[in-house]
Amino acid sequence: MNVDLSLLAPEIALAVLGLGILVLGLLIPKGSRHGLGWVTALGLLGVLGLTIAGWDNQGTLYEGIFIVDRYAIFFKITFLTAAFLVTLGCMRYVDEMGDQSEYYSMMLFATLGMMVLASAGDFMTLYLGLELMTIAFIVLVCYRRTETRSVEAGIKYVLLAGMSSAVLLYGLSLVYGVTGSVTIYEVGRAVTTEPVPALILGVAMLVAGLGFKISAVPFHMWTPDVYEGAPTPVTSFLAVGSKAASFAILLRVFIAALPGLWAHWTMLVAILAAVTIIVGNLVAIPQTNIKRLLAYSSIAQAGYILVGLVTASEAGIKGVMFYAFLYVFATIGAFTVVTYFYNVTGSDEIKDYAGLSQRSPLMAAVMVISMLSMAGIPPLAGFVGKFYLFKTIVDNYLWLAFIGLIMSMVSVYYYLRVALVMYRDEPVDHTPISLSGPVALTLIITMMATLVLGIYPGPLSEVVNTAAHSFFLP
Amino acid sequence: MESFPVLLTILLAPVVAAVIMAFIPREEHMLIKCVAAAGTFVSMALSLYVYFAYDQSLGGLQFVQQVPWIKDLGVTFFLGVDGISLPMLLLTNLIGFSAVFASWNVNHRPRDFFILLCLLITGVMGTFVAQDLFIFLLFYEVVVIPIYILVIIWGSTKRVTKEYAGMKLTIYLLIGSAFLLVGVIALFMKTVAATGAPDMSFAGLARAARGLSDFDQIWLFALMLFGFGSLLSMWPFHSWSPDGYAGAPTAVSMIHAGVLKKIGGYGLIRIALYVLPVGAKFWAPVIAVLGVCGVAYAAMAALAQKDLKYIVGYSSVSHMGYVLLAVASLNVIGLNGAVANMFAHGIMAALFFSTIGFIYEKTHTRWIPDLGGLARQTPRLAVAFMLAAMASLGLPGLVSFVPEFTIFVASFKVYGGLAVVAIAGIIITALYALRAGANTLFGPPRPEYDSLKDIRGPELVPLAVLGTVLVVGGLLPFLIFDMVNSGIVPLMAEISGALKLGGSF
Repeated sequence: MNVDLSLLAPEIALAVLGLGILVLGLLIPKGSRHGLGWVTALGLLGVLGLTIAGWDNQGTLYEGIFIVDRYAIFFKITFLTAAFLVTLGCMRYVDEMGDQSEYYSMMLFATLGMMVLASAGDFMTLYLGLELMTIAFIVLVCYRRTETRSVEAGIKYVLLAGMSSAVLLYGLSLVYGVTGSVTIYEVGRAVTTEPVPALILGVAMLVAGLGFKISAVPFHMWTPDVYEGAPTPVTSFLAVGSKAASFAILLRVFIAALPGLWAHWTMLVAILAAVTIIVGNLVAIPQTNIKRLLAYSSIAQAGYILVGLVTASEAGIKGVMFYAFLYVFATIGAFTVVTYFYNVTGSDEIKDYAGLSQRSPLMAAVMVISMLSMAGIPPLAGFVGKFYLFKTIVDNYLWLAFIGLIMSMVSVYYYLRVALVMYRDEPVDHTPISLSGPVALTLIITMMATLVLGIYPGPLSEVVNTAAHSFFLP
Repeated sequence: MESFPVLLTILLAPVVAAVIMAFIPREEHMLIKCVAAAGTFVSMALSLYVYFAYDQSLGGLQFVQQVPWIKDLGVTFFLGVDGISLPMLLLTNLIGFSAVFASWNVNHRPRDFFILLCLLITGVMGTFVAQDLFIFLLFYEVVVIPIYILVIIWGSTKRVTKEYAGMKLTIYLLIGSAFLLVGVIALFMKTVAATGAPDMSFAGLARAARGLSDFDQIWLFALMLFGFGSLLSMWPFHSWSPDGYAGAPTAVSMIHAGVLKKIGGYGLIRIALYVLPVGAKFWAPVIAVLGVCGVAYAAMAALAQKDLKYIVGYSSVSHMGYVLLAVASLNVIGLNGAVANMFAHGIMAALFFSTIGFIYEKTHTRWIPDLGGLARQTPRLAVAFMLAAMASLGLPGLVSFVPEFTIFVASFKVYGGLAVVAIAGIIITALYALRAGANTLFGPPRPEYDSLKDIRGPELVPLAVLGTVLVVGGLLPFLIFDMVNSGIVPLMAEISGALKLGGSF
């Protein structure tokens, strides 16, 4: 068997980087590990470059269990960008937590899990990637191990992630039992349009298992608690990376493996999307903690992305990929502000953000721009993303378009409440917040990306087009 | 002049000013204000140049710039002006420049204030020069964020809190735009299905939309009517307007009442009517009835107000009723009147709000029973106030007389009875405008206001700029009408087949 290892180069590089950071942490004394963040960030940048360089290098490995198409590469670029930005923005936070090397290597392994997930061509690889990601996240969520809330969040995450994995695995085994294959594209050929009861049960379990990962209502209960308790950079990576990876595999499983069945499920997905959008946005309104607010808003965002799955067409996939990519910048921008604000003030309460626009105009501006991008206000990136998502459904699901767009205007209400506190109120403490270099860099990158992708989305849109196109060329 | 991107320069001058201001230390108030004034002045001067350099005999879009933008959506970055958008562009810049001077006394965080103001002006201008629906939408909501922040920081809490006013303005605008957005996306998909090639430019959409069924045109127009109508404060979606203006700082009231509202009317004509004429014909009677309801209801409501800003707020709702009535007449005369009236009302409302702003700044009240006899103490302020009030009631010789007259002529032909009600609205307008003027400016002077200083120096700029336009536009109405006509006639010629009104005018 001829194995083209160049297809695996980014994964190999990332694994080496993760192990290397772990070893480095053992070698250098405790006091001088502050540079590890930079090593990780630059390493990620290198892997990102390697991935982008492999844009034209497509193929499958090991008889189809590992697929490297542009669809997978695009998602990998998304994960690596997210990991890079999170690392860049969280160095000070991690230094205060201690144990940097384990933290960074866990983060890298989580990213590796996501990358495997995006390339998974059969159910085993899928499960492998999913667990690699989840276990790394479990460690990260309870990283502030002396704090009750962090540990509580960790235990919740362990229990529910374990449960959802079990459900997912059971679903996968049922699909295997009916079709006799674990390879995604072979399953796709074996599944006929007549639904067998066992297959329906299996698919329902898949929906539940992956619904948990993307925190779609009604599988969202864990999200606010875990997001609130976890260290903020972890929350941000969880919100962006874990969600995008789960969407990547959700599309792969449902559209490639179960195309015949999908026709029966579109209405269910449309309803799931609508409920997720409504619940996420409405429950976000009364929140007083910024992390909980962002958690509920991220639930609503998952609902928007689900809209792209309804039609299961190339345009829908394109919408999902486009939105997942720009969601990285909006979310990490907002969470980096939260992280740094916590470093300075030790608070996550919205009321303590009073007068932030005077203490640090950049932080306040990034927060507002990120939030309004999530709300889909032009000329920010979120608007274009929503345009791509909703244009696929106006013909058949006009009601969903109405719900989605009206609820996104409702979301402006709670986003603007944060803006109100930051801009109107006078700060209690007038000392300006001075930003450290990497944090300022992260904030500027996310802000510029959100603005530029909103005003001039043309080039990215072309890239996503080719990526979405490759999905249908197995 | 083809090589010089004049429209882009007009658009970017305030942005450049905003960027420069961001680097000026926040204590240097005077420098900040001068930079803001310079930025808006460049835009105003250039838009005056474009207005007079525009070749009316040639008509159509001029000063065009086109850059392909998003291929798979058929979006081009397409700027251009014609006889409908030019008066609106000029209006925006006249008011924008005046608004900077009307805010000359803002000394609380002026840097943030003027940066946001410049961004706001750019957003409004962009909607008038964009000839592509997608680019139009990008600018359409840029204004939301600056307005909200301007209101919550520099607004005033009198009858309603500024937080309430800001949120109400924002939510109304956004809910309207949510419906508009659904309409736009559905329209886009339907035109793509009809022609196979995506094209988001107004002209391309209009061509493609001819293939749509009547039913599609009708429901798509309804969505746009709701979106644009709520921005135009169409009754019964008008209630944000008086509350919002009352809570907003002077400059925001000026821009909001003066031009931002007009985006609704402009969109209704330039987009909804142009692209979906069959839908427009179906809904025209409804628009006319809502317009007249607005005229009558808001005029009565204005009569009952004692707060100056509420009077002007309701009055602007009432004036927008005339615009709606004119649009609903669906003929060249009516649409000429609609666009000209938007221009006239914009100038008048902006002057009114700037005057009220100065009165409030000096007396710390807008409550009419607490005012009186100001003409003796502040004569120049009184001149501005009376000019605006007279323009509001449509005094011949001022800018709003001819447009209103035109509207009545056009709508009387189509909707006899409704037009009569609308004309009666003029009487109520006269009543509240004159009464507000009499109780504020005349009567015995009050001793507590003896020490007031009249407006002077930079404060005179809004009066000078807007007052001049009020008078010149009134004496030489053809300056506006010829321009508007050169835009409306080709537009109507294109859609007259669909309207089946050919020959009736």
